[in-house]
Amino acid sequence: MDFGPFLLLASLEGLVMAAVLALTAVGLSLVFGVMRVVNVAHGEFFMLGAISAWFVVDLVPGPAALGFAAALIISPLLVGAIAAIADMTILKRLHYEPEATIVATIGLLYIFQQLALTFYGADARPVEAPFSLRIQFPWFGYSGYKLAVIAASVVVLVGVWAFLTKTRAGLVMRATQLDRETAQAFGINVDRVFAGVFALGAALAATAAVLVVPIQQAHYLMGGDPLLLSFIVVIIGGLGSLRGTVVAALLIGLSDGIISVFFSPTLAKIIATLLVAMVLVFRPQGLFGRRPA
Amino acid sequence: MTGVLNRSAILHIGVVILLFALQFVLPPYHHTNMARIMTLAVFAMGYNVAFGYTGLLSLGHALFFASGLYAAGLLIQMGGWSALPAFSMALIAGGGLALLVGVLALRTTGVAFMIVTLMFAQAGYLTVLYLGEWTRGDEGLVLPAASRTIGSLDLTNDTTRYFCALALFSIALLGCYLLARSSTGRVLIAMRENEERSRMLGYDPLRYRLTALVISAVMSAAAGAAYGVLFGYVGATFASIQYSIFPLLWVLLGGAGTVLGPFLGVLLMTYLVDLAGDVTSAHLLVVGIALVLTVLFAPRGLLGTVRARWLPWLP
Repeated sequence: MDFGPFLLLASLEGLVMAAVLALTAVGLSLVFGVMRVVNVAHGEFFMLGAISAWFVVDLVPGPAALGFAAALIISPLLVGAIAAIADMTILKRLHYEPEATIVATIGLLYIFQQLALTFYGADARPVEAPFSLRIQFPWFGYSGYKLAVIAASVVVLVGVWAFLTKTRAGLVMRATQLDRETAQAFGINVDRVFAGVFALGAALAATAAVLVVPIQQAHYLMGGDPLLLSFIVVIIGGLGSLRGTVVAALLIGLSDGIISVFFSPTLAKIIATLLVAMVLVFRPQGLFGRRPA
Repeated sequence: MTGVLNRSAILHIGVVILLFALQFVLPPYHHTNMARIMTLAVFAMGYNVAFGYTGLLSLGHALFFASGLYAAGLLIQMGGWSALPAFSMALIAGGGLALLVGVLALRTTGVAFMIVTLMFAQAGYLTVLYLGEWTRGDEGLVLPAASRTIGSLDLTNDTTRYFCALALFSIALLGCYLLARSSTGRVLIAMRENEERSRMLGYDPLRYRLTALVISAVMSAAAGAAYGVLFGYVGATFASIQYSIFPLLWVLLGGAGTVLGPFLGVLLMTYLVDLAGDVTSAHLLVVGIALVLTVLFAPRGLLGTVRARWLPWLP
């Protein structure tokens, strides 16, 4: 294959990755932005989304598309509900103190992971794609489903953006983000907003996972990579900035493929990790964020 | 004041004497377990210097533990060094690494500090995997028994191993005890409690934090090197994020900012996981539940609660 088509293929793969990453990272960023909570269990919400999708597809009879559609609705709702319960029973009682919540979410990470191991098992299991369309480019054929993943991510992201900027609930969330106490003084139920935001963040991770599960199999340890990558994306994009997060996801997703071509994947990861640490040390507002006044 | 000093000194010396006496009565399984617990308790005590006393919540201490483990392990395996010089080099490696990491990471505080230390440790873990040709990655190295000696002491012998672990543990315990009562120790606590005010009193926060981090890392590296030499195995698991979480859990459980808390935390956690092992293979579930329950119901840990309720003189 020539360099041009090869680059196109790499970019397409990168775009798929960026799309899934953007959804996951926006969830993490939203939770950090509004609640100031670093959710270490975010990757496990991703994992729970994938595993619950496998269960749903397994249980729903009929064509694969039907089961998948059901999973796309049920998994995010289920994972969101689990997150809301975790928020109300644990995080709220810790008064969202940063250090305590980190420790608690580390605890949740282990609990979710081990429960998945117990009830789902140690196997990686595939989920059938809802359709198997192959789009033929002049140089190579490409999975139509992967292109659909990109489109679906864009739709969900636009939906989140519209929700935050155009609806009353979104307005309430942004108000809470700007000034928790004033919001409370204006009669906003901050507890409910927090539970909602935590659920929404988890549901976004779960949605990303359902979309990715026909490409990548569901496994109880699959939450590690999305967590680390989401952290990287959120930090580079500026903690709590949604626009920065999406831009950074595109950047990371696209460049990941290209870096991996030149270096061994492990070395690429080492360099990326150290670079991100340096960004936090020297530009804590992120590459795209503005220093708060 | 002298009475108070005696009371707490007696308690700590008593613990050491008790551990010494235990060695004669413990059955073999618990004997080895106890040696492991004391070695890991040194790691926990090191973590406590940074987290418990100075308030530096690091999520990357596996880096320091592993630096000691690998410095000693590789020097023995590749360089043919004997145990004691390799152990000394491991302390230097841990301290040097902490100096480097500290100068960068201590520019940040709070959540950013946690993530930066996490990232450094992750980079360290990946480096261990990347250098698989020498480290053998996840599979790890088994140190030859012939090299695990100090002079004529054979460290593969159960009794010798127990006493070496106890010696290291006692030195670390004494060090922590003296540090907690020293003027430096009090400045470290002041950094945790109120940075602004201590700065106003003329103490340089960066200098004291860096000192605490280096002390903490040297202790962690000592524990890592001792673990490698005493138990003869060096593997990448010890560099993974789990080994950054464990010391946090041990210290939280036993009581952050108490001298004996870390040891108590390791002891409790080891036997809890051990007991749970009979019921479920998912032993990390116990770790998770312990973490959540501790932050919810005993945020000061066992000894922290004891100190607040009954024994205010506990260091």
